[in-house]
Amino acid sequence: MTAVLDPTTSHLTHERTAIEQTPGIPFARLVRVELRKMVDTRAGRWMLIVMSAVSLLVVLVNLIWGDRESLNFSSFVALTTFPLIVLLPIVGIMAATAEWSQRTGLVTFTLEPRRVRVLLAKNLAGIILGLVVIAAAFAAAALATLIAITVRDVPADWSMTWQSVIGILVGMTIYVIQGLAFGFALLITPLAIVASILLPTIWSIASSISARLDTAGAWLDLNRTVEPLFSGTMSGENWAQLGTSSLAWIGIPMAIGAWRVLTREVK
Amino acid sequence: MIAVENLTKRYGTFTAVDAITFEARPGSVTGFLGPNGAGKSTAMRMMTGLTPPTSGRSTILGHPYASLPNPARHVGVMLDATAQHPGRTGREVLHLIGMQIGVPKARVEGALQLVGLTDEESKRRVRNYSLGMRQRLGLAGALMGDPQVLVLDEPANGLDPQGIHWMRQLLRAYADQGGTVLLSSHLLHEVQIIADDLVMIGRGRIVAQGSKADLLGAAGTRANSVDNAVLAAALRARGVEVAGDRTGVIAKTDAENVGRAALEAGVVLTELRTSGAEGLEEMFLALTAADARDSGPAAAKDAA
Repeated sequence: MTAVLDPTTSHLTHERTAIEQTPGIPFARLVRVELRKMVDTRAGRWMLIVMSAVSLLVVLVNLIWGDRESLNFSSFVALTTFPLIVLLPIVGIMAATAEWSQRTGLVTFTLEPRRVRVLLAKNLAGIILGLVVIAAAFAAAALATLIAITVRDVPADWSMTWQSVIGILVGMTIYVIQGLAFGFALLITPLAIVASILLPTIWSIASSISARLDTAGAWLDLNRTVEPLFSGTMSGENWAQLGTSSLAWIGIPMAIGAWRVLTREVK
Repeated sequence: MIAVENLTKRYGTFTAVDAITFEARPGSVTGFLGPNGAGKSTAMRMMTGLTPPTSGRSTILGHPYASLPNPARHVGVMLDATAQHPGRTGREVLHLIGMQIGVPKARVEGALQLVGLTDEESKRRVRNYSLGMRQRLGLAGALMGDPQVLVLDEPANGLDPQGIHWMRQLLRAYADQGGTVLLSSHLLHEVQIIADDLVMIGRGRIVAQGSKADLLGAAGTRANSVDNAVLAAALRARGVEVAGDRTGVIAKTDAENVGRAALEAGVVLTELRTSGAEGLEEMFLALTAADARDSGPAAAKDAA
C-alpha cells in the first residue's frame, strides 16, 4: 500500500485534540474568509475592476472637459464614489446569493453549522469592503485634485465638511447592507439585483405621481432620504426619515433573509 | 464513529428517509447503497446538520454534527462535488477552507498532492474542471482538516476506472489507520470494491445491512438446471433457503449441498457456482425491487 496519508501530519496516527477542547472558529476569521470570497471569484473581481474603471473614466472626463468650478476635491469625491454606491451593493448581493445559487453553502455551512455567525460575518465583510473602496475613492479623488491643480491650474480647494464624509460612509454602508439583505431574502442573484434596483425606483416613480405617496415617500423612499446624507445636510428630521426608510428597505428584507438562511435546508 | 438512530425526514406526506438506524465503525469503510432517490443524500445532509430531521438523531464521534466546535477538524464532508463556485480556482477553494478551519497553508499543497491534482490544474477555475477533477477537489477539501471521519456522497461518480482504483486505495489506507468512512453510491460495483460494511437503502428504508462478507456469503450458491422447480423443492426438503428467478436458483448453502440435492432429485445441473459478486447484485436488485413494489414493511434482513 502506498503511503497515501502522511503519517507525520495525519492525526489519525497522532494524538488528537479532544472534541470538547477544540476551539471554535473565531469570528474574525469568518469575516476574513467572507471578505476574501467577495473578491476571489471572477465575477467579484470584475465588479471591482468595472467600478474602478467607471470611477476613473468620470474623473478623466471631468479633468479634461469639466468646468473650472468643478475641479475641486469634494466634486472629485462625489464623482469617484457615485459608481461605487451604484455597484457595490451588487457585490453584496452576489456574496449573499452565491451560497445558494452556486450551492457553495453545502461547504460553507458544513464548515460552520452556526449559520447566524456566517450571516453576521457576511454583513461585516460587506461593510469593510465598502470602507476600503471608499478610502480608495478618496485617494483617487485627491490624486485627481492634484492633477487638476497642476495641469489645469485651478486654485487648490480641498474643502470638505466632515458631515459629507460621514454621509458618504453611512450611505455606502446602507447600500451594501441593503444589497446583502435583498440577496439573503431572494437567494437568486439576478432576481435580487433587479429587485434591489427596480423596487425603490418604482416607489420613487409612484410617489412622484401620487401626492399621498409623496408624503409617505419622505419617510419611506430610501433614494430620497439618503440624498441629504451625501450632500452633508442632515437635520434631525432627516435622520429620523433615514431611519424609517432604512427599516423598510433593509430591516424587512434582512429579517426575511435571516429567517430563510437560518432555517432553509441546504441542498 | 457515526451513529444514526431512527433518523426520519418527511416532506409533507412523502417520507424521504424512514427511521433508519445504523453505525459506521472506525477502521472500516461503510458503503451506503441505494438506487437514485432512495434517500441517501437526504440522510447524509441530516447527519451533517444541513437538513433538520423530522425525528430521530445522528451523532458523529458522539456529538450531534452541529455542536462540533470546528466540525471540519474531525469530520471531512463532501456532499456534492459539483457544488463549487465555478469562478474560483481549485487552489482558492482549498485555501478558503484552510483559512476558515485554521490549518497551516501548506496543507493545501498536501491535499492537492493527495488527490492527484497537478499544480497547473489547481490554478484553473472550477468551471473548466471535469466531474472527476471536481470529485478529487471535493475530496481534497474534505481532507483539509485531517479528520477522523469522512462522509462522502457519491465520491466515485464521474471517476474513471483508474480514479476509482485510486479512491479505493486512499479510503482503504484511511480506514486502516483507524478512520471512519461513510460513502454513498447508487452503483453496487463501486461500493463492493471499496466497502467493508454495507447499508442498503430503498425508498427511505434500510433493506439490508451488515458486513460485505456476510452479505456476500448470505447469497450462497447459484445454480441452474433443466428443471429449477424440482431442484428448488429438493433443496427445500433439505432445509435450505431458496430464492431465484427464471434464470436460476440461489440457495443459501454451499455448492456441494446443491450438487447432492440435484443428484438425489435426478435433475441435470447446467450451472453451479458460488454466488459472489453477482449474488450481492441480485440481492440489491431484488431487495430494492421488492421494496419498490411492496409498500408494506420491508423484509428487512439484518445480517449483522
